[in-house]
Amino acid sequence: MRAQWILPACVMLLAANSARAEIPLHERKSGAEFMSPQTQAMQADDVSNPGMLAALDGEAFWKQKAGAANKACADCHGPAEESMKGVSARYPAFNASASKPIDVQGQVNQCRSERQQAAPFRFESRELLALTTYIGLQSRGMPVSPPDDERLTLFRERGKALFNQRLGQLNFSCAHCHEDNWGRKLGSAPIPQAHANSYPIYRLEWQDVGSLQRRLRNCMTGVRAEAYSYGSPEFIELELFLAARARGMSVETPGVRP
Amino acid sequence: MRMTGSRSRRLKSLARRWALAGLCLALAPCAHAAVLAPFEVAGDAIPQSLTGDKGDPARGRAIVVDRQKGLCLLCHSGPFAEQRFQGDIAPSLEGAGSRWSEGQLRLRLVDAPRLNRDTSMPSYYRIDGLNRVAPAFKGKPVLEAQQIEDVVAFLASLRETPTAQEKP
Ligand code: HEC
Ligand code: HEC
Repeated sequence: MRAQWILPACVMLLAANSARAEIPLHERKSGAEFMSPQTQAMQADDVSNPGMLAALDGEAFWKQKAGAANKACADCHGPAEESMKGVSARYPAFNASASKPIDVQGQVNQCRSERQQAAPFRFESRELLALTTYIGLQSRGMPVSPPDDERLTLFRERGKALFNQRLGQLNFSCAHCHEDNWGRKLGSAPIPQAHANSYPIYRLEWQDVGSLQRRLRNCMTGVRAEAYSYGSPEFIELELFLAARARGMSVETPGVRP
Repeated sequence: MRMTGSRSRRLKSLARRWALAGLCLALAPCAHAAVLAPFEVAGDAIPQSLTGDKGDPARGRAIVVDRQKGLCLLCHSGPFAEQRFQGDIAPSLEGAGSRWSEGQLRLRLVDAPRLNRDTSMPSYYRIDGLNRVAPAFKGKPVLEAQQIEDVVAFLASLRETPTAQEKP
């Protein structure tokens, strides 16, 4: 089990070296570090973290038979505590049957339609958020470890270009806020470094759990841009780049945000 | 609430214009219908008023503190004691009128990236060369020419107050 980690760890170091490290490694901070001590405490304690309710829901869905195949996730994968450990830490991953990268929500929906023969879940539906939160929880505390898969390189590079591209009527890029100005205040909100290691999150402002893509759509409408659609290739590309930027940071799902 | 004949005619023509504007929003090629007032850049300034008139500083102040219109306090702080939550991405607006001429302030508002390619100061009077603008904002500058002039007039009135600065 240990030896299995050594090789990927070396590959990770090499890959991190070749990528342009925008925020120096020793300055990287999770979004939680920009929150008030009260909100941090809420995230840290499973009893008070409202995201844990979604994870509990997810556990129920994991075991529930569905679709024409009348199979539950657990029928194919067994206990999530084992089979889903580390999955969210390495996604998005290249999906051979789709010949493109997909994220965890895409994978859940692929299993839905192909294995369970059921209708895919709507984006931001209670079921999809619950399952992705439950799956994410199985990687909590593990390092974000995007796979060193050459088929992903092009997509990740595109994500990086999207991150640096100006957008919207207010005409600035993700990098303007999250690389040039992290730690400063945008009105009342501290600007985090935009690491995606805590998603899905429970956001007090939403009074609900939400996906990373919901967060990104908020950032885009904030600069008066037309947000990419849920599940769009652009979002997967951005997610790939964000995962590379957060390489080695701990998965914190379910995060809590103000 | 009775209207005079000329007033109701004016309202009708306004309504027609709004209908037209709605149509334009629906038709992509019309996106540039909101034509910007022409202006000339001289050095690091736009010396002439965009409207030909002087702006109104009081209206300018209201735009600057309005989080839907000016959005300035998202990034800037300034002498606005009543405003909570002022940003700290950008230099304080305090004393802007001592540091810059009206013409320099105008260009910094109209299109700041002409002066600093990487700036995060938005272009408030520009509709071209933007990427994925949301439909509700397409073809419109962030502020109209008159509003730019009002903000310029207000910023020009923000003079350095040496006594305040010298306080420890
Ligand atoms: C105008 C500034 C601005 C721009 C531009 C912007 N963001 Fe954000 N972003 C924020 C702020 C502020 C927050 C934190 C919001 C909060 O929690 O209150 C945030 C949060 C995030 C987070 C969540 C971090 C966490 O720990 O929860 C991610 C990821 C993110 N942004 C990515 C992006 C991406 C990708 C883009 C471009 C498509 C982008 N942002 C554009 C200001 C911006
Ligand atoms: C999203 C961020 C943002 C917003 C919103 C914004 N600014 Fe700025 N502004 C900046 C930054 C950053 C600079 C620093 C100059 C540079 O980097 O090129 C700046 C510079 C300026 C300057 C020159 C200041 C100096 O002393 O050098 C003025 C004047 C100014 N802004 C006025 C405004 C006004 C008025 C508004 C609203 C109508 C506004 N800004 C909105 C980010 C912003």
